[in-house]
Amino acid sequence: MNNIVIDINNLSKVYQIDPASEKSGARTLQEDLTKMFRPSRERKGRSRRKEEVWALRDVSVQVSQGEVLGIIGRNGAGKSTLLKILSRITEPTSGYADLYGRVGSLLEVGTGFHTELTGRENVYLSGAILGMRRAEIDRKYDQIVEFSGVQKYIDTPVKRYSSGMAVRLAFAVAAHLDPEILLIDEVLAVGDVSFQQKCLGKMSEVAGGGRTIIFVSHDMGAIKNLCSRAAWLDGGELKALGSVDKVVQEYLVASTERGEWHTQIADREDRSGNGSLRFTGFHMCNANGEMITSVVAGEPIDLVLSYEREATNVTNVTFFIWIRDAFLKGMISLSNRWTGEDLTALPPNGEIVCRLPKFPLREGRYFLDLGANFNGIKADRVSRAVPIDVISGKYYKTGKVPNHPNDGDFLNEHSWHFGS
Amino acid sequence: MQNLTITNNKKKPKWHIRIERSNGWSALNIKELWTFRDLFLILAGRDIKLRYKQTFLGVAWVILQPLLTSGIFSIIFGVLADLPSDNTPYFVFAFAGSLPWTLFASSLQRAGGSLVAGRGMISKVYFPRIILPIAGSAAVLVDFVVGLGIMVVLLFLFQIPLTLNLLILPVLILINLLIAIGVSLWISAFSVHYRDFIYALPFLIQAWMYASPIAYSTSLIPEQWQFIYAINPMAGVIDAFRWALLGKGEFPIISLGVAFAMGLIIFLMGAYVFRRIERSFADVI
Repeated sequence: MNNIVIDINNLSKVYQIDPASEKSGARTLQEDLTKMFRPSRERKGRSRRKEEVWALRDVSVQVSQGEVLGIIGRNGAGKSTLLKILSRITEPTSGYADLYGRVGSLLEVGTGFHTELTGRENVYLSGAILGMRRAEIDRKYDQIVEFSGVQKYIDTPVKRYSSGMAVRLAFAVAAHLDPEILLIDEVLAVGDVSFQQKCLGKMSEVAGGGRTIIFVSHDMGAIKNLCSRAAWLDGGELKALGSVDKVVQEYLVASTERGEWHTQIADREDRSGNGSLRFTGFHMCNANGEMITSVVAGEPIDLVLSYEREATNVTNVTFFIWIRDAFLKGMISLSNRWTGEDLTALPPNGEIVCRLPKFPLREGRYFLDLGANFNGIKADRVSRAVPIDVISGKYYKTGKVPNHPNDGDFLNEHSWHFGS
Repeated sequence: MQNLTITNNKKKPKWHIRIERSNGWSALNIKELWTFRDLFLILAGRDIKLRYKQTFLGVAWVILQPLLTSGIFSIIFGVLADLPSDNTPYFVFAFAGSLPWTLFASSLQRAGGSLVAGRGMISKVYFPRIILPIAGSAAVLVDFVVGLGIMVVLLFLFQIPLTLNLLILPVLILINLLIAIGVSLWISAFSVHYRDFIYALPFLIQAWMYASPIAYSTSLIPEQWQFIYAINPMAGVIDAFRWALLGKGEFPIISLGVAFAMGLIIFLMGAYVFRRIERSFADVI
């Protein structure tokens, strides 16, 4: 590999967890003072109870210039810890990393935003916090404001902004950060969909310009789009490192075996959106309204989503179900955005049903991503929320269906006759 | 931008950072602080803007607070207790003393909360953390300047002549700031390390205030205790401020010298302690 700009060597991070105190780090003066006056034997017994948690263990990765490395793994696998060490927010316990070039990190959108200040003031504040010099912000100011699309309100305090506007402005500042090395955590998790696309585009542009990027995400689609290589962290250790397709595939196979979707949708932590709606469950019904566990190709089916939502007025409600194959390739996008049904009269909690008159996919295992947007802003998004198994059925009257691997994924109603 | 990128491609980056566990005690990294000077200015500017944002109330409060404090002191200590005020109207005497004290005390209050308030930044971005408490102290300077303006008005009202003693004021302000920032570093580091420290802070400030010659004159302290009294660096600073503003008595050269030395020691030790504890801020906060 030529021109290594990020050289990570046996990096480890240990957190000391004291089970006696609820919080991990901060102590109180009261605690320490009382400890001082306690008999020493008791003190020793107490300190021995400390537990060590390895957030990161002997991770070595090299990234060469211009490369985009994706980091994947479950929650708590050490992805964020790695980024925090590389961006110097926290120190490693052992090992080291060499970084050659100016480092910018984007671990959160809108870090340091202050709602009492105006948009303009926040652009400067946020830019400076992200490591831009004042002159640099001056130079990019017009671009940033134009990118954000909030020109009209730039001298209004941010507390009067809708949450969407604030996020757009924060994103715009971040998207104009151009250090040689960019560290990005799951920042694309908020904001409305079209603006996210714009930011992804801007970031790809940055990546194309010879920048080196480390990108952490749960979104395998984004990882595959942006990255050339991927590292898979599991329990703080590096499980795989290689081409993005290979590593993502290994990761998906492993998490399929582990049966990750068995987690109740309501309890899933790895979701995104502002939470004004939360999916709480999913089931499927056949034409008679009976609950079913697998789908018969060609049969009618109801996909039923349970949800809870905040009692706020919304004018534009969009639900999505994406059906993906085992490698997360999108097969079908189902949404009232396409069909045009008005779901504004959505009760505070209940079920929303998506009906497919004739299930069009061939035998196999598929995964559903669930999503809901209010007024164009992501309310909830759960990736790989549920797997569905499709079994062969009487799609065509003959009962015959294609069964060769190369016959494609879809079945479609059709007929044959002679042309006139 | 694209052109810039391409040239960057060919050039070997001149930046190199090694990230590893740091050991022992490290000094202030002046070079690094310098590269973050814009952040410092913008943060100090933010604090000032936020303070004066509710324009009328903000400014009014900055003017009223020291006047009210001095008024209360005048009634309790000047009228009721009849403490001597070195032949100056007690109100002006108290006001001149509370001026450097307020700079010190507000700076401590700001510093106590500055790191916890900046928690979001600390856990998400790297920058020299020392900027947060120092920017807080810098923001307090604006209040101080307002107070100084009121002081000048008071001197005219009470017909106290301005003297050449005033020329030393910049030096005094610097020493005052040195002590204020020095103590602030200790306090901000402690307040992250010990979550309940913030509750002890008001008491600490109050006790310190009574140990400083704000409501009374240093001349009240018996001769043999004067030296011990001067260990409080604020004593020398307040005396020197009175000398400069009121133009009376002798320049407290010894106690001011002690104040400067103490201030330097507190500041340097504070910076070391801060740097030492700084590493774990993100894990603890």
